[in-house]
Amino acid sequence: MELTAAERQVLNDSARPALALAMGIVVEAGRMLGAARLLSVASAHIDGCLYHGDSGVHFLERLVAGGGRVAVPATLNVGALDLLHPDLVGGEEHRRAMARRLMDAHVALGCTPTWTCAPYQAGHRPALGQHVAWGESNAVAFANSVLGARTERYGDFLDISCALTGRAPAHGLHLDANRRATVRVDVTGLSPALLRLDAFYPVLGAWLGAAVGGAVAVIDGLPADVGEDALKALGAGAAATGAVGLFHVAGVTPEAPTVAAAGGGAAPRETITLTAEMVRAARDRLSTASAGELDCIALGSPHFSAAETRTFAGLLAGRRPALPVYLCTGRHAVDELDRDGLRADLEALGVTFVVDTCVVVTPILKGGGGAMMTNSAKFAHYGQGNTGKGTLFGTLSDCVESAVAGRLARDESQWR
Amino acid sequence: MAVRVAARVLLAGRATGPLKVLGAPISFWGGVAPETGRIVLPGHPDLGHSVAGTVLALPGTVGSSSASAVLLELLYRGLGPAALVLAAPDAILALGAVVAREMGYATIPVVQCPLDALPQEGTATIAEDGVLTVD
Repeated sequence: MELTAAERQVLNDSARPALALAMGIVVEAGRMLGAARLLSVASAHIDGCLYHGDSGVHFLERLVAGGGRVAVPATLNVGALDLLHPDLVGGEEHRRAMARRLMDAHVALGCTPTWTCAPYQAGHRPALGQHVAWGESNAVAFANSVLGARTERYGDFLDISCALTGRAPAHGLHLDANRRATVRVDVTGLSPALLRLDAFYPVLGAWLGAAVGGAVAVIDGLPADVGEDALKALGAGAAATGAVGLFHVAGVTPEAPTVAAAGGGAAPRETITLTAEMVRAARDRLSTASAGELDCIALGSPHFSAAETRTFAGLLAGRRPALPVYLCTGRHAVDELDRDGLRADLEALGVTFVVDTCVVVTPILKGGGGAMMTNSAKFAHYGQGNTGKGTLFGTLSDCVESAVAGRLARDESQWR
Repeated sequence: MAVRVAARVLLAGRATGPLKVLGAPISFWGGVAPETGRIVLPGHPDLGHSVAGTVLALPGTVGSSSASAVLLELLYRGLGPAALVLAAPDAILALGAVVAREMGYATIPVVQCPLDALPQEGTATIAEDGVLTVD
């Protein structure tokens, strides 16, 4: 890999040990990826602030002790604590203390404490064609696909190293050749009602990730006015079940005015025609539990936007849930909801807001066993491994009706 | 009969251990418990198996960007694999091994080669130059 004189100087700068360590990690990553060079990034989104063990804390504190400071604006993904509701997260004291140290170390490096997996709805929206270094698989999919920014999937340690250096390996989805769709997914045969169903989008994503893996697909036949929250759910599902960092939606996403444009002028190598049966089969794979196990509702992966929370409140319509409902969101949405008192209204009905974190990354849910119901493909995919609870997937209205009834209530007629 | 493969070196090092070829792709985050080194992903063909001390061959990696942190924590606790053999390069995962080396925890080799040339079990040895031998 070819480095500039400035990059080589940073690599050997003993007076700035944190910067030198970060550059060493970026260069090592670039070498492993076969990148020809590094490129400049305009911003970063850091996933490394979630506690996975003491080792990550030691690494970050070494960067702080070495005088590290972000070179570009950097937002922070969820941590393992709800700093606004400190009693919500359980677990032993050592874990909580270390999780806090990790979050504090990121702020000490100059990162913005957004604590959300939906930074793109918290004001961090890079421009079309802009190179950035983002972590968190759903955020990467959104930045590439919906915003048309260019980022690879930067994992823990590399994300903060890119933020400190302002550099990233020139590879993968940073490069034109790797952004072209090679697979066309034809959804034109699905009913208009299904294409309007909120929960179709996470299911489409979960199917896409499993079906195409790391390939770039262009989805052909979605409504031109498909909303940002639907695309968010699609990307999160696809990035959970497969290594999907970019998808195109013909006539919707910025690099896909047409199917041909998404392919860079070349015809797709393969077309997959999606049927309602395939959609229902993908949906069914998101449920691992039986109805009798249901004991809570988990919403907000990725973090609910203010708009999704309002839709939820409209469906709940003042009724008091009989099951615990955990609504995961970020400060950006909470601030907006607090302006018209909606959060307080929902809390008065017994809804638990989880802010700065979420229920599958840190111990919040009560009791072992049981099952969580969710409208999130990402929660459904990771729920069992991370929480020990089984999963039951449904639409947002299914989740609300089940919460109120205190038992599973799903309307199958929505899926035709 | 020994199988010998010249793998591409992503991170150089030497290791010997029982070969464990995973039956399906996995994300270390959500797929491997950092406290135990065991595979915890429901439905995974190797559910319940430990990765500790193995020369771990991965047919693919999926999902989360936190795989490197889980690998670092496994190496910090002494529960990590002895080496990684990747069917496709995965910088997210391999970075965990780079940081472990920088932090002085352990240096495990990470190599890349097609997995179809490998037997399902045996004792695997990886040399500094990436030559992988399975006896």
